[in-house]
Amino acid sequence: MKTFDYAKADSPEAAVAAVGTGTKFIAGGTNLLDLMKLQIETPDKLVDISRLDLAQIEEREDGGLTIGALVPNSDLAADPRVVEHYAVLSRALLAGASGQLRNKASTGGNLLQRTRCYYFYDTAMPCNKREPGTGCSAIGGFNRILAVLGTSEQCIATHPSDMAVAMRALDATIVTLKADGDRRRISIHEFYRLPGDTPEIETVLEPGELITHVELPAPPKGNQIYRKVRDRASYAFALVSVAGVLSVEDGKIASASFAFGGLGPMPWRDAAVEAALVGKAPSDAVFEAAATALLADAKGYGSNDFKIPLARRVLIACLRDLTGAAS
Amino acid sequence: MHFTINGQSHEVEPDIRTSLLDLLREHVGLTGSKKGCDHGQCGACTVLINGRRVNSCLTLAVMHQDDDITTIEGLGTPDNLSPMQAAFVKHDGYQCGYCTPGQICSAMGMLDEVKKGWGSHVSKDLTNPELTDEEISERMSGNICRCSAYPNIVDAIREVAGADA
Ligand SMILES: Cc1cc2nc3c(=O)[nH]c(=O)nc-3n(C[C@H](O)[C@H](O)[C@H](O)COP(=O)(O)OP(=O)(O)OC[C@H]3O[C@@H](n4cnc5c(N)ncnc54)[C@H](O)[C@@H]3O)c2cc1C
Ligand code: SF4
Ligand code: FES
Ligand code: FES
Repeated sequence: MKTFDYAKADSPEAAVAAVGTGTKFIAGGTNLLDLMKLQIETPDKLVDISRLDLAQIEEREDGGLTIGALVPNSDLAADPRVVEHYAVLSRALLAGASGQLRNKASTGGNLLQRTRCYYFYDTAMPCNKREPGTGCSAIGGFNRILAVLGTSEQCIATHPSDMAVAMRALDATIVTLKADGDRRRISIHEFYRLPGDTPEIETVLEPGELITHVELPAPPKGNQIYRKVRDRASYAFALVSVAGVLSVEDGKIASASFAFGGLGPMPWRDAAVEAALVGKAPSDAVFEAAATALLADAKGYGSNDFKIPLARRVLIACLRDLTGAAS
Repeated sequence: MHFTINGQSHEVEPDIRTSLLDLLREHVGLTGSKKGCDHGQCGACTVLINGRRVNSCLTLAVMHQDDDITTIEGLGTPDNLSPMQAAFVKHDGYQCGYCTPGQICSAMGMLDEVKKGWGSHVSKDLTNPELTDEEISERMSGNICRCSAYPNIVDAIREVAGADA
């Protein structure tokens, strides 16, 4: 690990004021330190935000929840309001990492965790995300865990978070404090960026911009599900995951919101999936059409081709569960 | 820097990069906590920070100066084993023993999580989970045992959980 300066912040304002060149915030440290040990991340300075007073979950007047950026993943998953009204989020969190890691991992850090692409982790190999312009070893290499949607010729990495997938299905908003003292509210739908020619830039955050909160809107109607398919039953990242919220009224799908993990460079959401469902009576034909809409532009890279039929089946299985339709 | 480990104060000046695990092992001489992977993937380094289980390899020592840190050495001694340590011995919850300190610290933190009513990935009902063997396995999945002593580890934890209930 390269050495660094260390400063502990006691307020969000002090945290952003402490940012200089090459500065990273450190919260739980479970992703950043992992990458620093391998010299994939080499910050000159760490600003320790772990003790900021941002570890509460509060109800708002509009019925939604405001989650402090430092709420640990375990506490968020166990919060009675989340369990009752946003079960998809509890389920997604509990499907991720391990008990120990969830105790440390923070809400803000989870959103910003970096890809698990093997070559991103292997500093001996070219990788455009780690070292822009060097090439992508995964295209034409081992890419079993990588993306089939939203890829570019420069990068086919997936975003590994489970939590962020549920938050995308729940239309979360990310609240930040910028270095100049301005606050921003960014919809999660606008928060992540496609890789394009700059896969090293993953979100719209500016350097030194601190996530202070994540807001969830008032609880959605209907049933919620999170289903994760992975290589072992626990403590493994998603090959494919589906976060779904769906309501049925008068025999027809009244609302639907689906986000996907393991498929794209960001928690994936596609309005075409929901358009294929809303207003229709649940049936396998309708579910098939939704899966076809999701995967219309999917592109496999060899060893990850299996994700395309897998995503189709997992989505259909979730739709059957959510609508109570027998298979 | 000042640390409180197993109820005792320590003044040490480690390099800023020192992980909590390296602090314990290299600077304070508490070698019970083990380094398996150094990347959060095995759980051998699990300790309790303010009663919560965490991987000590993935956090910086400097970030824990105000915390209460408990390691395997703080749970019991060879002459005075804690109930969980005694249950691991009784049920043969180990072979080589390398993962065991992490397993035991993790099990302590895990039982506390169950007492708080926290659900897990395998809980049908997230509000009122019952500690079945399947629940123990899922909740302990962050601790890998290369010797695969899993069935006996589950036996040991089940016994202590039952005695607590
Ligand atoms: C073995 C292992 C298995 C895992 N399995 C899973 C899994 O199955 N599913 C899953 O979803 N995750 C998994 N994870 C990842 C884990 O969820 C993340 O490491 C964790 O959520 C990161 O949170 P943190 O607080 O530790 O972030 P840190 O490591 O502290 O920070 C991560 C990044 O976010 C930045 N940052 C942190 N907080 C803020 C903030 N408030 N504002 C601005 N920037 C900020 C940091 O500068 C850094 O760049 C796994 C991790 C490990 C090690
Ligand atoms: S997929 Fe992205 S992260 Fe992986 S090697 Fe290619 S450029 Fe790097
Ligand atoms: S040594 Fe910390 S998890 Fe393996
Ligand atoms: S007893 Fe050998 S690794 Fe668990």
